[in-house]
Amino acid sequence: MDYLWAFLVGGAICVVGQLLIDIFKLTPAHVTTSFVVLGALLDAFGIYDNLIKFAGAGATVPITSFGHNLLHGAMASAEDHGFIGIAMGIFELTSAGISSAILFGFLVALIFKPKG
Amino acid sequence: MSNKEQQQEYAKKIKPLQPKPPYFINCLKAYLVGGLICVIGEALMKFYMTYFNFNEETAGNPTAATLILIAALLTGIGVYDKIGQFGGAGSAVPVTGFANAITSAALEHKSEGIVLGIATNLFKLAGAVIVFGAVSAYIFGMIRYAFKTLM
Repeated sequence: MDYLWAFLVGGAICVVGQLLIDIFKLTPAHVTTSFVVLGALLDAFGIYDNLIKFAGAGATVPITSFGHNLLHGAMASAEDHGFIGIAMGIFELTSAGISSAILFGFLVALIFKPKG
Repeated sequence: MSNKEQQQEYAKKIKPLQPKPPYFINCLKAYLVGGLICVIGEALMKFYMTYFNFNEETAGNPTAATLILIAALLTGIGVYDKIGQFGGAGSAVPVTGFANAITSAALEHKSEGIVLGIATNLFKLAGAVIVFGAVSAYIFGMIRYAFKTLM
């Protein structure tokens, strides 16, 4: 059942992105950046957490969860340190994603040859 | 004669000549590819929760890292571009698209050297995501914190 909801919700988020590309002629880069902002916005209203509870990886795998994690880390650290904490905690939860993207991206670029 | 007006007029003129994208087929492909990537993510999450003592909230981190590793390797051997051509937004919106953007930008500039080519261009495409994410999270965080302290 978890897999079904992950498929349905994750796929639906991608369809929204595809419609933005086809109808409003946005580039994929514009779609992903607006999705990150959207994820942070939804988390600001506390909506995104419910979506994760409901859809699991269907909500954590799309890039919207990146914005949600950024805001989540910032708010958690703001609890302890006030306004300064927002800047301290912003990359706390996304650290795994960003550092592994840097590491693996760098290594793959070193090892493989560019195609085409 | 302003340049912008000319551009708009030109865009209007050629509009009937441009082929319409097959909306339904594109959406179906995006749904399938995006949904399948999320199903793989769900399986990874379950795997980390059963064998590595992660809970539902923390399991997202190793899952994202694993998906990024897979996507970086697939980009390296040239498979992810094919998935991208088929799936459109279905391959760009999940976190794997982020990894693909980083790896492909680095690969493309490999000939310029390790420092000036790979390292400098690593965030050429994906940097926008981090910039907008951090700026918006900062602003929303400020607003939410201000509300919380005032209430």
